[in-house]
Amino acid sequence: MAELLQHLINGIAAGTIYALVALGYTMVYGVLKLINFAHGDVMMVGVYMGYATALALGRQAQSSAWGVLLIFLVAMGGCALMGFLIERFAYRPLREKPRLTALITAIGISFALSYGFQLDAFELKFRGLTLPIPLPGAAPRAFPQIIKPAAWFTLGDPEFPDVVLWNWQIISLLVAVGMMVALQYLVYRTRFGRAMRAVSFDHRVAALMGIPTDRIISLTFMIGSALAAGAGLLYAIKDTSVSPLMGLMVGLKAFVAAVIGGIGNVPGAVVGALLLGLVEEFVVGYAASTWRDAVAFGFLILVLLVRPGGLFGRVAAEKV
Amino acid sequence: MRTAASSGSSSGVPASLKGILPVLVALPLLLVLEWTLSASPFATYLLSIIGVNIILAVSLNIVNGMTGQFSIGHAGFMAVGAYLAGVTSLALKDVAISFLPVAVSDQVFLVAALLVGGLAAAVSGFLVGLPSLRLRGDYLAIVTLGFGEIIRVVVQNTEAFGRSLGLSGIPQTSSVAMVGFWVFLVVLVARRIAGSSHGRSLWAIREDEVAAEAMGVNTTGYKVRAFVISSFFAGVAGGLFAHFVPIINPGSFTFVKSMEIVVMVVLGGLGSTTGAIVAAVFLTLLPEGMRSLFTALGAEGSLAQKVDQIRMPVYGLLLVVLMLSRPQGLFGTKELWEIVPRWIPRRRKGM
Repeated sequence: MAELLQHLINGIAAGTIYALVALGYTMVYGVLKLINFAHGDVMMVGVYMGYATALALGRQAQSSAWGVLLIFLVAMGGCALMGFLIERFAYRPLREKPRLTALITAIGISFALSYGFQLDAFELKFRGLTLPIPLPGAAPRAFPQIIKPAAWFTLGDPEFPDVVLWNWQIISLLVAVGMMVALQYLVYRTRFGRAMRAVSFDHRVAALMGIPTDRIISLTFMIGSALAAGAGLLYAIKDTSVSPLMGLMVGLKAFVAAVIGGIGNVPGAVVGALLLGLVEEFVVGYAASTWRDAVAFGFLILVLLVRPGGLFGRVAAEKV
Repeated sequence: MRTAASSGSSSGVPASLKGILPVLVALPLLLVLEWTLSASPFATYLLSIIGVNIILAVSLNIVNGMTGQFSIGHAGFMAVGAYLAGVTSLALKDVAISFLPVAVSDQVFLVAALLVGGLAAAVSGFLVGLPSLRLRGDYLAIVTLGFGEIIRVVVQNTEAFGRSLGLSGIPQTSSVAMVGFWVFLVVLVARRIAGSSHGRSLWAIREDEVAAEAMGVNTTGYKVRAFVISSFFAGVAGGLFAHFVPIINPGSFTFVKSMEIVVMVVLGGLGSTTGAIVAAVFLTLLPEGMRSLFTALGAEGSLAQKVDQIRMPVYGLLLVVLMLSRPQGLFGTKELWEIVPRWIPRRRKGM
């Protein structure tokens, strides 16, 4: 029983992080009908930004409340900027082209980021100017413990407790829920959200109604990327490591979560992500931990077979 | 929309022979090539790798180019083929057909193993393709990517496949002639598909799936069939690969390998068989050439090693730049002989 409780806690904690990443996928898909393959890698870059900030702050400052806030702000701001640039220069020129071109571009960006970050740092020398290119290299690095782990709730023997609820689990749950509520408010209660839903419904007609579609799409990308950076930091705190390939795996699983919930559907993404987090945790706990990465995709194939629209989505007939 | 190139009808070759004519002509040539190359293991290896990459690129082109779907997990099917062919060969290692010379009996077993690998890959292609190809193209990308991951996990957890250590001791019975034979076969199949009514349905799906369906094309059926054929050849390519490298392990069939094949297809031109061949040859030789160049120039060893590291980000950027500047790739849907300069006399089309 205690074991079950512990797995539940861990599964929900993992699920909330997937949920934040999945929200970015779902928003971009909702607006552009594009699977933004590079989303997970933007998240990875954000984590490295947070990592660099934490190192710059030093050991003392990085775990203070303001330090943590600064780390999150730098990572989320940097990622928002990156999301903007990617959308502006890679996706926007292809918007009226066949959908496949944008998908290939997204795969290309994802690949360039995740493998580019595996290169070692080097210096560009040009006419006596030296420009250092700070790339992290392929080896995973230890992410600093910006939130000191502390058990907030234990069950059973205080020395070797049966169930532990860590403070970072609560914090990441609160942050995740906070971001989701904010997003839900943004999408359904504000002018911007209404414009976003209009663009998602039909961006040409939305443009005719005076909605600045380009700006809305840019903002959607920025919000999604910022959410990804926040999620990535929570993931790095949980995992205590950061590596160039983390984005690929987390990004894929978040995508699976978004599809399970019905892609394009905000609450669906959250439910799908929690479900995926729990399923993974139970497989690791009760079956074999080495099968963990296969589970998500097996689950995806199953969902596509039985309910291709996802749990909450509908398979809409494509209009010509 | 393009129409398939029709073959000339005035060449005087019986129609029934026309299909296998290239193979009949090429086989003796390949055997001669094999004989001249037997002194140089490196040349043999390089040619085999080029051949395997051509098989992979041409077969992926059937799905990504002709049908307009997007699979990015071709290495997964290659892995299925490699492991099953490898295991088959290992099981049959000490068996020989008594009334045949040893060399011939080896080749018979090799073909059997390749067929086992290819069929296994085709079956897994069916299982992966059926759920994802019913939906829009981008789901296939994710599912195939996930499939590659599943394969890796399965291999790492199965004793018979050697787990992470890999499978070694597979009889090295593959040869340039055998690889060349399969290259011809896959090119033949791809060209035949492109020109057939099956191929026309695939082109229709690629251009406009909704319109194709309205015209009575069973889109899911055609897509799944194309995907199964493509997976079969990926499995054969994997089987061949397993029979000329000393060891196969999950590291040989990662996402990186899949992306390499995707880049070949996109660079060559989505839908162009000869484009895929040219790009496969070019992209296989380029890193080798750069490595030899850096070594020959006497650059520090690090630079020659860097080639492998830099390759991947460059491929990613290449995809982005290609999509922004020339989304149809080098050849588009044209074949090599359709883009040769006007002043070279061309065979007149049959119609």
